[in-house]
Amino acid sequence: MHKDTDMAGHAASSTHHVVPLKIYYAIFAILMTLTGITVAVAYVDLGPLNSVVALVIACVKALLVVLFFMHLKYSTRLIKLTAIAGLYWMIILLALTLSDYLTRGWGTFGQQVLVK
Amino acid sequence: MHNHTTAHPALAHHFDSLDQQQEAASLGMWVFLLTEILFFGGLFLVYTIYRGWYPQAFASASHHLDIPLGTINTAVLIGSSLTMAMAVHAAQLNSRKGIMVFIVLTMVLGTVFLGIKGLEYSHKFHEHLIPGLHFEYAAEPQFVRHAQIFFSLYFVMTGLHAAHMIVGMGLMTWMLIWTARGVIGNGYYSPVEIVGLYWHFVDIVWIFLFPLLYLIGRHA
Repeated sequence: MHKDTDMAGHAASSTHHVVPLKIYYAIFAILMTLTGITVAVAYVDLGPLNSVVALVIACVKALLVVLFFMHLKYSTRLIKLTAIAGLYWMIILLALTLSDYLTRGWGTFGQQVLVK
Repeated sequence: MHNHTTAHPALAHHFDSLDQQQEAASLGMWVFLLTEILFFGGLFLVYTIYRGWYPQAFASASHHLDIPLGTINTAVLIGSSLTMAMAVHAAQLNSRKGIMVFIVLTMVLGTVFLGIKGLEYSHKFHEHLIPGLHFEYAAEPQFVRHAQIFFSLYFVMTGLHAAHMIVGMGLMTWMLIWTARGVIGNGYYSPVEIVGLYWHFVDIVWIFLFPLLYLIGRHA
């Protein structure tokens, strides 16, 4: 596999982990399965849980892409911290805005998303 | 340069080693992707707020999107993420041929995605679902205004996503040229790696767009 690792063997160096192709195929299969599940679940009436299930599946898919396809699982702590900062900012954006909208219009904003 | 009699041609003078240089390039790309989260995050927030105000209009408008085409496109884009990951894998093993093959495959899948997206846009145009003066929503006239908010978000979010894909494919063309010229290879592949990071990010945006736009209130 590493027959061409000249120039001080960079291809196999510790900072650039070579992920086995088997893992990529497995992640791809899981992502496709989750896509199938999310479409199938959309046709089942779960009440308020429909949106929750769709978002949980999307988050799991995104996590798999970030960890394996984007190599975050094998990246340095600095890059992990950078990625987490992005997620954390997104949580601040949504949580603070929704805490305003949901409490300002008790019983009007967002209620029918849960009923529908 | 330390301990090397001849430095790697791709090594910039302000880095100690190629590893350090590649690490800096990856970090730079991740920081750029954070600004992309700010960019798309605002749109996802607008979506959340309007869907909170007009849930029934959003569910109604969502029924006009084509689930089979959206599902195919999701599969195509996930497939293109796999081929992109394989291009980076080939780059790590210094296989120029592998880089070229998998980047071309990724671009083919990206083109299929954009073709299907174009087909969907064309359907919406013929169905008068483009927000504006010619918007028609006769079946459920009570939603005619709020459905236009949904379609505005649909076109802006998917349009911006498609624009990112076009940029990504431009970057991939550049990678093909650099690989053919031998700039990439021989242990230097961080340009391919960071284009890969960008492409996977664009895939993630679609992973959220698909259920939020296409799959609302389908059971109803």
